[in-house]
Amino acid sequence: MKIVVCIKQVPDTVDVKINPKTNNIDRNGIKSVINPFDMNAIEEAIRLKETYGGEVSVVTMGPPQGRKALKKALAMGCDHGYLISDGALGGADTLATGYTLAKAIEKIGEVDLIFCGRQAVDADTGQTGPIVAEFLDIRQVTFASEIEMDGAHAIVTRLLEKGTQKVKVKLPVMITTTKELNEPRFATAMSIMQSAKKEITVWNSQNIECDPNRIGLKGSPSQVQSIFPPKHKTGNTVYLEGSNEEMAQQIIQVLEEQKVI
Amino acid sequence: MTAQGIWIFAEQSNGIQDKSTYELLGKALELKEQLNEEITAVLLGYGIQGLTEQLIQHGADKVIVVDDPALAQYTPLPYAKVLEELSIKYQPSIFLFAATSFGRDLAPRTMAKLGTGLTADCLDLEINEDGILEQIKPSFGGNIMCKIIIPEARPQMVTVRPNIFPVLEPNINRRGEVIIEEIAVEADFNYEIIEELPLVEEELTLESADFLVAIGRGIGKEQNLGMAKDLADAASAKLAVTRPLVDVGWFNAADQIGASGKTVKPKVILNLGISGAVHYTVGMQSTNLIISVNNNQDNALFKMSDYAAVADIKTFIPELTKQLKQRTSKVEEKELVLV
Repeated sequence: MKIVVCIKQVPDTVDVKINPKTNNIDRNGIKSVINPFDMNAIEEAIRLKETYGGEVSVVTMGPPQGRKALKKALAMGCDHGYLISDGALGGADTLATGYTLAKAIEKIGEVDLIFCGRQAVDADTGQTGPIVAEFLDIRQVTFASEIEMDGAHAIVTRLLEKGTQKVKVKLPVMITTTKELNEPRFATAMSIMQSAKKEITVWNSQNIECDPNRIGLKGSPSQVQSIFPPKHKTGNTVYLEGSNEEMAQQIIQVLEEQKVI
Repeated sequence: MTAQGIWIFAEQSNGIQDKSTYELLGKALELKEQLNEEITAVLLGYGIQGLTEQLIQHGADKVIVVDDPALAQYTPLPYAKVLEELSIKYQPSIFLFAATSFGRDLAPRTMAKLGTGLTADCLDLEINEDGILEQIKPSFGGNIMCKIIIPEARPQMVTVRPNIFPVLEPNINRRGEVIIEEIAVEADFNYEIIEELPLVEEELTLESADFLVAIGRGIGKEQNLGMAKDLADAASAKLAVTRPLVDVGWFNAADQIGASGKTVKPKVILNLGISGAVHYTVGMQSTNLIISVNNNQDNALFKMSDYAAVADIKTFIPELTKQLKQRTSKVEEKELVLV
């Protein structure tokens, strides 16, 4: 079985602030990690390889630092790493990113399964997986919490708001993973050593035959116009005073006025 | 042809319209005031023509219906194919979806077919002076807000987080046009739904309750959970929690408010021992009336509250519970006398 996992490097915390001087996100001192949902994607791919054989390729698009994320995935047990890196890819929205990843996966060739995390914790869109699937003209199953293989089919349990749904889908298929799917393994000293020999292929946009009009900023229909801190209503707070007994009385009065008790 | 019109995807399952559809229609009515373009609801399914009237009463000028056995259940490929064909034929300017698991599965697939932009999980929408849709979405778990536009490509596609916009009262006198579209579509026999299990749902959910009692890290030990449950019971409220209480395994994800949990909009929320990190407040900031109790005054949640009290919740909760119970027995006594 040939499996591809798409991963993204994200900051290791979502507690970021906007620097008022630059009006950009302050990334000082923030480390990069593999997007947590992508860790479930890597884990699932390796488990399937261990059960059914085959090979797992891991792909990321971004600056050269992406190599670090790929190395970690290789140490967990993936077989090949692909870094798609090119200045022309900068500023890509989800459409341009999905297109580029699909071109890379096409070049890897004859893939049975593609895994993506259900969403990245920085941009929180969850779109890249389905877009990749559309450009590769294959099926998609989102929000997977359980996966079984059944010959040429995958049986995937999807975690939805109102319950779960089990879908039997023919390969090849793109599956997005939730944290309920599995517990990602840690790389061991041994697996890190073994992975040192595994190679990382670096491709630019020409290597994977991207249409220059469909990548990066140029290929992105959406634009971020501005970023700003969240606004909340403020300034109208009534501070209750007195003993616990008195404050509780006042709260009960408010609840009665609101007719919720 | 210039793209024109505000479209909303009218999500239904088993012939039941999702509530988020009406929220989208309410927001679409606001956009229509600024843009002066028609609102069209796009309804896909099988045997669903009975839903059109409600869509019109909630704001649709037109309803495009594709009623076909191949669409009886949602599967991504046939649905995306139909939306692609409709969009090419009618050229809408704006296309809104709810950010439900249904919408999040369908919208990106459709967007890639149309080669346009799609902004995920928006909290607000506005029309700017150039008539372009400004889309406000949270990033980094709500710590950063982004304003995104799609200047040229059409339609401007958006998923909107459910439970943010209110459902407006239906206007039974509204009239609209129902357009039945025949589109050749085949079921996807290689994507088969073999089982569906509904969540065992309690009667009162975070989304349906009028009154939520929310507890956070300030509750301290697991032994203190009992007093919070007693308070919720005494108030006939639903108990909700912040993420740390789910992470330690005391509660389920279904009980959690916030960026990685649920977005709620009750009449009243009582926050107990919650400091108000953004990833919590993003999930409850549309609440009508916010009351917060914490042991120090210096927290973000107090600033956005209508009423705030500084108290040690471990002594305050039992006091409030006691008074609620006394009140209930008084009310019961009164009723007895009346009988």
